[in-house]
Amino acid sequence: MRFMNGISLGQFIPGDSPIHNLDPRCKIASTFALLAGLFLASTPYDFILWGGLLALLSHFSKISIGTILRSGRPVLFLIVITVILNLFWTPGHELFRIGPLAVTREGAVFAFSMGMRLYFLVVFAAMLMMTTSPMSFSDGLERLFSPFSKIGFPASEMAMMMTIALRFIPTLFEETDRILKAQISRGADFESGGLIKRAKSFIPVLIPLFVLVFQRAENLATAMEARCYVPGAKRARLNPLAWRMGDTLAIAFVLGYIAFVMFAERTLFRALPL
Amino acid sequence: MSIVAENVTYTYAIGTPAEGTALRDVSMTADRGEWVSVVGHTGSGKSTLAQHLNVLLIAQCGTVTIDGVVVREKSKDLRSIRRKVGLVFQYPEQQFFSETVREEIAFAPSNWGVVGAELDVCVNTAAQAVGLDVSLLSSNPFALSGGQRRRVALASVMAMCPDYLILDEPTAGLDATGIRELFQLLNEAKRGGMGIVQVTHDLASALSFSDRILVLEEGQSVSYGDPESIAAYLLERPVRGLVLPPLVAFCAALRARGVPLPLTSDIQEILGVLKKRRGDDRCDL
Repeated sequence: MRFMNGISLGQFIPGDSPIHNLDPRCKIASTFALLAGLFLASTPYDFILWGGLLALLSHFSKISIGTILRSGRPVLFLIVITVILNLFWTPGHELFRIGPLAVTREGAVFAFSMGMRLYFLVVFAAMLMMTTSPMSFSDGLERLFSPFSKIGFPASEMAMMMTIALRFIPTLFEETDRILKAQISRGADFESGGLIKRAKSFIPVLIPLFVLVFQRAENLATAMEARCYVPGAKRARLNPLAWRMGDTLAIAFVLGYIAFVMFAERTLFRALPL
Repeated sequence: MSIVAENVTYTYAIGTPAEGTALRDVSMTADRGEWVSVVGHTGSGKSTLAQHLNVLLIAQCGTVTIDGVVVREKSKDLRSIRRKVGLVFQYPEQQFFSETVREEIAFAPSNWGVVGAELDVCVNTAAQAVGLDVSLLSSNPFALSGGQRRRVALASVMAMCPDYLILDEPTAGLDATGIRELFQLLNEAKRGGMGIVQVTHDLASALSFSDRILVLEEGQSVSYGDPESIAAYLLERPVRGLVLPPLVAFCAALRARGVPLPLTSDIQEILGVLKKRRGDDRCDL
């Protein structure tokens, strides 16, 4: 039986490590830098260095490398499709063919890079979410976006919306799981029948879930109003963000590492055979 | 004919940082026509145990046997086993999805292929069993009062005519009248030969209605026996989150002063004992 337990796409793993304790702004900015860096990297050898960085991150965040690598699993399907498409549909020197489909050397290299790039994108993003609590994540985003509030961008409302959305993801999973189980114990069958029958069988799960979500939203709105929340009003912070020396060093290290990868790619890796 | 859980162990989310053992080596039996309560504080593993009895979870170690059939992951007939055991979740009215009470109650039996006149009989019998007025069958379940909704939810499980009924915190969110009526109804079902397993943190109801009680703490079984022996056990060794009902505590206090009272919250029983003593003692009632 497959129920919805163990969803791990970037769930926060509480901990006390140098990376956990970094300022969320530093982590968000570093992650974006890394994502950009991934797109600049183009030889397969680059991924050895990215893997090395991941090992370093694992060491400093005290999150096992296995957990980090597993965080890419939810997009594995997407990656496999990308790899297959690129493998067979890139023109170039033919290596071998399977029926009408030719595998080219360029295709193999490109498919590998593309797959790894996607995988590392997800894993780096997951790394951010695993080491940053939803609260401090949205705090960080709010601060990063706050300069835009001068031109009318509702930074703090956006952050509040994100906080609430993130906060309720696990709750919704729990409730979906409970409703699924309740309907299964009333004999609902989600696993047999054709596509339409299966889709229909989810109505008894979706309707109660919708009802619950609306009830929750209403309760939450009341609770927030009762505690004087006014959208757009200036609010004091419980834990003001403090940028420390370590944050500067961390971001400098990340940028330096990206520069190092770029440099290695342009000098060393270009010379290696593909 | 019974549900037998033997040395059931269950660990959530194995291999992830959230890993946690919910049940460790827990055993219990529930016969038809019998009321068994599982009590424990929040997070003691009682809901996990309830899901094992209904085959929603399958024991990682140990076995669950339902009417002589050992439940295994690969069993093809999990659905047919599940039909024998109805599970009423906490706040069961949150599963409602139909436009009418009739459709809601008909959901379970129709999932097992009951149709036509037979289905109508199922729905009407279940509605009657929970004391639901027939005129309500065509109304919208979302428009009913809390107590009525709980009845509809109960009827929707009873409509599949299970041999056992597992209830997870059945009294949560009900008022005093609702609770009394619910227990009356469950007692009737029990007399009709249904096996009742009540999962609760409410010691008072467990002590007054159960034939046997299992006390869980941190996923482990700490005591298992008839209500009086459980009350005696909890008097000796309190378990976090379980408070003896005032009347039982009162009996215990009198017992300590030499009045041989049973550890019960049944007023009639206490009065009976006291009346018997009236003749030969200075106890004046």
